[in-house]
Amino acid sequence: MPRHKLIASESDVSIEVDEGKDNEFSLYYVEVEENSKGGKEKQATRDGKRRRARNGEVSRRRASEKRTTNMANKRAEKKHEKHHKTTRKEGERHRKRQRRRIADEEEAEEESSKEKKNIKNERTKTLKLEDEKEKDVKKKRKKHVKNQEDDANPGKTKQKDCQDVPLKEKKKKRKKPETTSESESQSESQSESNSDSEAKDNQAVGVLGSLTPEELEKLKEAVDERKKLITTIKGKPWPMKKKLVILRESQEFVEKYEGALGKGKGRKLYAYKVLMMKKWMKFERDLENFKTACIPWEMKIKEIESHFGSSVASYFIFLRWMYGINMILFGLTFGLVMVPEALMGKPYGSMPRKTVPREEEASAMNFAVLWDFGGYAKYSVLFYGYYNNQRAIGWLKFRMPLSYFLVGVGTVAYSYMVVIRTMARNANEEGGGDDTSFNFSWKTFTSWDYLIGNPETADNKFASITTSFKEAIVEEQESRKDDNIHLTRFLRVLANFLVLCCLAGSGYLIYFVVRRSQKFALEGLENYGWWERNEVNMVMSLLGMFCPMLFDVISTLENYHPRIALQWQLGRIFALFLGNLYTFIIALMDAIQLKRAEEEIVKKNMTIWQANLYNGTVPDNSTAPPITVHPADVPRGPCWETMVGQEFVRLIISDTMTTYITLLIGDFIRAVLVRFLNNCWCWDLEYGFPSYSEFDVSGNVLGLIFNQGMIWMGAFYAPCLPALNLLRLHVSMYLQCWAVMCCNVPQERVFKASGSNNFYMAMLLVILFLSTLPAIYTIVSFPPSFDCGPFSGKNRMFDVIQETLETDFPAWFGKVFSYASNPGLVLPFLLLLVLAIYYLQSTSKTYKRVNMELKKKLQTQNEENKKKNKLAALKAANELEQARKAGEQRSNSASDLGVNEESSSLDEAGHHRQAGQNGRLIHPSQSQHAQSSEPPVSSTHTTTRPPASRSHTASGHLPGHPQQPQKNSHSNRR
Amino acid sequence: MGGTSTKLPKDLLSEYQELTFLTKQEILLAHKIFSELQDRENGPYSTRVSMEKILTLPELKSNPFQKRICHVFSTSDMKDGSLSFEDFLDLLSAFSDSATLEIKSHYAFRIFDFDDDGTLDARDLEKLVNSLTGETDDTRLTAEEMRQLISNILEESDIDKDGTVNLSEFQHVISRSPDFVSSFKIVL
Repeated sequence: MPRHKLIASESDVSIEVDEGKDNEFSLYYVEVEENSKGGKEKQATRDGKRRRARNGEVSRRRASEKRTTNMANKRAEKKHEKHHKTTRKEGERHRKRQRRRIADEEEAEEESSKEKKNIKNERTKTLKLEDEKEKDVKKKRKKHVKNQEDDANPGKTKQKDCQDVPLKEKKKKRKKPETTSESESQSESQSESNSDSEAKDNQAVGVLGSLTPEELEKLKEAVDERKKLITTIKGKPWPMKKKLVILRESQEFVEKYEGALGKGKGRKLYAYKVLMMKKWMKFERDLENFKTACIPWEMKIKEIESHFGSSVASYFIFLRWMYGINMILFGLTFGLVMVPEALMGKPYGSMPRKTVPREEEASAMNFAVLWDFGGYAKYSVLFYGYYNNQRAIGWLKFRMPLSYFLVGVGTVAYSYMVVIRTMARNANEEGGGDDTSFNFSWKTFTSWDYLIGNPETADNKFASITTSFKEAIVEEQESRKDDNIHLTRFLRVLANFLVLCCLAGSGYLIYFVVRRSQKFALEGLENYGWWERNEVNMVMSLLGMFCPMLFDVISTLENYHPRIALQWQLGRIFALFLGNLYTFIIALMDAIQLKRAEEEIVKKNMTIWQANLYNGTVPDNSTAPPITVHPADVPRGPCWETMVGQEFVRLIISDTMTTYITLLIGDFIRAVLVRFLNNCWCWDLEYGFPSYSEFDVSGNVLGLIFNQGMIWMGAFYAPCLPALNLLRLHVSMYLQCWAVMCCNVPQERVFKASGSNNFYMAMLLVILFLSTLPAIYTIVSFPPSFDCGPFSGKNRMFDVIQETLETDFPAWFGKVFSYASNPGLVLPFLLLLVLAIYYLQSTSKTYKRVNMELKKKLQTQNEENKKKNKLAALKAANELEQARKAGEQRSNSASDLGVNEESSSLDEAGHHRQAGQNGRLIHPSQSQHAQSSEPPVSSTHTTTRPPASRSHTASGHLPGHPQQPQKNSHSNRR
Repeated sequence: MGGTSTKLPKDLLSEYQELTFLTKQEILLAHKIFSELQDRENGPYSTRVSMEKILTLPELKSNPFQKRICHVFSTSDMKDGSLSFEDFLDLLSAFSDSATLEIKSHYAFRIFDFDDDGTLDARDLEKLVNSLTGETDDTRLTAEEMRQLISNILEESDIDKDGTVNLSEFQHVISRSPDFVSSFKIVL
């Protein structure tokens, strides 16, 4: 018995369900027979009736007469049927199980044939519909009768009761299964006929008219219940066949009664609403399907997921997410800045800022332009300097400078929004995972990553699970002690010192290189080779490549737990990247100052040059048309904004190149060498020293994050950056996918992805903040260049807002704005904001605490209940034992056969109860019946079942644990 | 033979969508894969695919619980773990991305319940741990470690102290785990 508890209960349920189905079936057959037997005359009368109804002469009375006769017939038949059924059931459970399958198949056939029939003949369909309604009403009545009977002789009908209550319930609601498409049309026709009869005869009734308001109410409840069931059926752990049957039934039930439930004229509207609701749901589902179909690289990521587990895949998902964000940034800059300027702005060569200067013309088409972004690329829409300060361009009167400014602000704002929203969502999902009281259980129950489909990864996973078990056991025992704590401490301090040295060294190196490159730039880059020109970027990339390796070596000194070691490693790489980036920025600031000093000189020279121009060529006639100087020859300022943009673009490009080259050399070439040299080498290369490389998730994620930071920083001065980044991400998606699949081995320690997601997001947020700081600083504190960019001639870049307010908006708006921006208003507002944040934060803290307390309370209550149940179960078991002993003593006098009988009936009772409980899962309303039917049973059979358990179940039911009753019954019966 | 079942009826498809956590594409893909498996099935053509064939799928090949998964989702009368298409869909639905924690934990419980008695007792847990640590000797836990581990697990999750973990206790434990939902996944 205990061995098959679960199984037994499940199969019982299904049997019970099929019982109902069987019954239905036989009913259906009976009806069909009737139809065919009753023959054409009946059909004819019905047809006639139908016709009359259509014509508007409702002969409800006749119909109801017919119904009563039908009812009588069928009731008798059904009773017979049921009787037959119970007897049969007591006999052979086994045979039924086989028959069930056959019946299912029959059902399917029946269904399809029925469907065809229905489609062919609409009249019969509506007919059948009416019949079904009748049957429902009848069934209900019959149920009452039955209940009374049952009450009258509870002992005799005990067995039947357990089985029949759910059965009857089911019958009440159960309809012949039909498919959705059909039922849709059915509902239409139904509502039509309903409104028909409604129009003709207000008081009358129809089929539902015979129901009392209470019954109507019940019906309504049942419909709602069914609707709920339809939406939640996905989440039920039932086999598909059962789900299908139940779905079809409930759908049809809803179809049938929903339209009829509305009152008066509202009925039609209601039916229409239902119809629209269904269409809308279908549309939503299709939309959902479409959305998932639109997600790119799904298959690639899934493949990687199955080979390397979820953590490597999480990198690629992150990459895809990043790609999405960059897509939007690109859309903004491309659609609102680059395209308008290219289409509507002044063409190339029309102004000095849009022309390559004379001295650069020779090298403007060099091949190096492709990665230098000098020459023609520098004087194009790709960079800040190309844009004109004309306020409105083209026939659209597009406000170019304003758009440029707003897009710059918008990209940053959008990024903040997305990152924070994602973080919040992740935090939501992770909520509640802070409990550490289930360490071992989690390790056992949740450590397998079901996505793993690669034997090698699986082996690694086995090993890592084993080690984690062993570690956990050892930690639990607390037997491990550090052999030399002083040495470890010393080593750790030493390691940190070394790392700090590395960081400082790399910082200084970058600063030095940047300064040197400025010197080179001042002297003119043309005199120097490739290395001098690209020194900064190369040094930064190389540092980014080799320092992490160095850190890795250093961290072996420290002897940390691998997870902690990983965190340290991540933190150090983060510090390195950040330090490098900031040194770079500081050096860049210096460069900006230099350029601005240069600009002042150029400005002065410019006036001299202009004076010379006019003085030299046109001595005294000032009214003559001004001399046209070719724009390439006009002297111009250095335009520091373009310089900044260019630096970032170069940085991105060299970074990308190093990433790809490391990928090729470090992964691909290494894999090839290891693979093919292995045959002629003195040690095993594949498992020995070089081996294949692992995919470094954290390093790659960090690289991606910093790359994004550079984009955010530089995007204002080089609108082409998002586009470049998009390209880079696109290529790296394919390249890295390929590299991972072809030359990496799964990690030895497979980490879970879920924990680190928000960690990455937090880093992204920090980087976003840190990268917007310098951008904002330059925008706010430096005046824009005088002869290039959309803001030239203004004192500050954000003056464009002021200008727009003054010229493009009515005067009152500017006034309002100036009032609103008055410090007396802004400061209180800021104060209010801070207060609101503080308030929200403290409330959220309180909520969290309350939540924790509730959780704790729930837990303790749960435990208490469990204990109580346990006690009760023990007591009951004792009683049972005693009763049994007594029974045995008694049965000494009786025959052995009687004892056998009793024990078998015990089994039966257990089964039935189980069935009733599971039936409750199907039909919540039914539970009352099941429970109400329980007491007489237990009173008659106190010897067979512990009576105490039931009451405890009822009292000890926790909201969070719907399965409890079932489980208790398990423990009781054990 | 392949052409016999390559088309899913449209209404059935929409019902499957209603009943599972799968999207239309996933159901169609599952159907394709399943019919391929069916075609490879030797012997008489049937609606079921034997467990051996199912286990050749790369998604299940290296899973230590592959047999349990088949047995749990099989509705076969012979208890041979063979799957019909609907069982297969059930499997994929339970392991899909959007399935609820409740259904996932339910099936996880049944997968871990090696002797199908409705509770996880010490023997089930031992089998479970052995499946997780792999079959080779160097990764196995010693008897002492195993005993310790199992007593620890029971101490944590066996709330009513009856020596076994039952479904609600299991769900209680699982629902607090941060990464169960993300790792209890199989995608085709």
